Amino acid sequence: MGTPEVRVNADAVARPVTLGRVAVVAVSLTVVLLAAMLLGLAVGSSGADLQSLLNVLMLRNTGDPTLHTIVWQLRWPRVLLAVEVGGALSLGGLVFQALLRNPLAEPYILGTSGGAAVGAIIGILLGLSQFPGVSLTAFAGSMGALVLVMMLASGKAVLRKDSLLLSGVMVNAFCSALILFFVSTTQDARLHNILFWLMGDLSRADPDQGLRLAAIVLPCAAAVFALARPMNLLLLGRDAAESLGVHVRRVSWGLLVVTSVMVSAAVCGSGLLGFVGLAVPHLLRLILGPDHRVLVPACLLGGGAYLVVCDALARWIPRQGEMPAGVVTAMIGAPLFIALLRRSAR
Amino acid sequence: MKEAAVVQDVSVSYDRDEVIRNLTFSVRMGEFFIIAGPNGSGKSTLLKTLAGLLRPSRGRISLFGRSLESYGRRRLSHTVAYMPQTVPLDFPFTVAEVVLMGRSPHLGLFQLEGRTDMEKAREAMERTHVAHLAGRPMDRLSGGERQRVFLAQALCQEPRLLLLDEPTAALDLKHQVHLMDLLEELRGDKEITIVMVTHDINLAAMYGDTVLLLKDGRSVSLGPPAEVLTFDALEAAYGCVVLVDESPLGRFPRITPVPRRYLGKD
Repeated sequence: MGTPEVRVNADAVARPVTLGRVAVVAVSLTVVLLAAMLLGLAVGSSGADLQSLLNVLMLRNTGDPTLHTIVWQLRWPRVLLAVEVGGALSLGGLVFQALLRNPLAEPYILGTSGGAAVGAIIGILLGLSQFPGVSLTAFAGSMGALVLVMMLASGKAVLRKDSLLLSGVMVNAFCSALILFFVSTTQDARLHNILFWLMGDLSRADPDQGLRLAAIVLPCAAAVFALARPMNLLLLGRDAAESLGVHVRRVSWGLLVVTSVMVSAAVCGSGLLGFVGLAVPHLLRLILGPDHRVLVPACLLGGGAYLVVCDALARWIPRQGEMPAGVVTAMIGAPLFIALLRRSAR
Repeated sequence: MKEAAVVQDVSVSYDRDEVIRNLTFSVRMGEFFIIAGPNGSGKSTLLKTLAGLLRPSRGRISLFGRSLESYGRRRLSHTVAYMPQTVPLDFPFTVAEVVLMGRSPHLGLFQLEGRTDMEKAREAMERTHVAHLAGRPMDRLSGGERQRVFLAQALCQEPRLLLLDEPTAALDLKHQVHLMDLLEELRGDKEITIVMVTHDINLAAMYGDTVLLLKDGRSVSLGPPAEVLTFDALEAAYGCVVLVDESPLGRFPRITPVPRRYLGKD
């Protein structure tokens, strides 16, 4: 304690946020994302050999047309959906962690996913189509949950972290009860649909869905990026952030709404994928440091790559058929998260 | 214009409770102004009101000749720095990164910190003696180091008025004196006015130019330490018996709380 220990970590000092650094991070993670997408396009149950696969991927017309159809009609929409959903969920996790000033928070904690699940299940039970029917009920459900959380944590307390957290937990618990109720009263084929959705499933992606989701996720991500520096300051607490010139209330609400729109859109497309919003931001923070001006683009790209790989694993691991991607994200995410937790505790 | 802050008949309420009642005082430019008083006397509320974080329910505040309300958030952040009692930072920022955040009010939406900002951060870190810790993560600092880092952040903001909420509360004796010396030094050679909240009346006596003694949101007394920190005023504010004599160090009072065993049984 007495004499100051002079041991300067050169790496840490030399990590000011410059345009160059943001660009390097963005470019390297784009490369990772592209590699993951290639993997996602290549993995599947068709059993094609590498050469014909390469032909198809290079858009050469020499490959066999069936494989061409499989890769570009079946796998491509799915990979695209995984990129967008993974990016949106990771970014959502990052934002909630900043808002709650808790590195262990994630989108699900605010009830966004629980609400979306209830909405989607109601949609499925009503026999609505995947789009726009179920998507809209899921969206309405998540926004409903958000409003409920806000009302529970209302007034001055809304931005205090424990009140928001507790309200989220309560709303989530209530949503779980509703879900179990619906599941227990459903017996026909729709049950299978619901269960798959609850486990997080990317297999029903269609090309339009990718475009629709991109139209929501990209503007939301841009808005979050614009608020990246205020997000850094929010971590200092409400008063300190405010006195550093941040309109805390405005910024927090803005982030909350934008993120909820983005996350619920993602949840609509994919069902419940756990731990993506937890594992990816945490991992990237360990590597890149906690500055949001770097982390926002990093989470968008890294989260996309992560989910594409998880989905590829979900198709590749089982001998027959496939399993829902949510099983993989949870099976990788949960142990990884525990490991990170132990490491950061030391 | 010699007043850094003028507070006129100000009341502040939390919900229905009036925490600050009809306070009137002013802070001269370049002054070391200390707000003292027992727990729950409204010290922190008053400081937050000066920082523009709470709105007075009645009365007027002006800073440097301009009404507080007429400052926007951003403009206010160029003028006033506020250092809360504790900063709940659970994220692995380094010291240099935290200090650089102080430059934020001076940057545009997408503007990144430039060479000047880095220079100012380094200067601020040197002033508060944390430059050697620049690359250290915040969670590996002692309490005293942490407070000096947040002080550097506040200095980096280049405020004319520095508001500090119990900056010495969590510090041991050495670091308390160190921090207070540092503040005195800052006040001395920069054009900066310091308003500090503390419940440590001896620190108030040793370092304050002016002391405002609060109880239940009202002013008990206001003036130079020697006039304010008297037996009667302290008994009225704290409701306990203290001895007040002159400090062996010079012309400021020394306050000694008296344990009950030394008081007569009546």
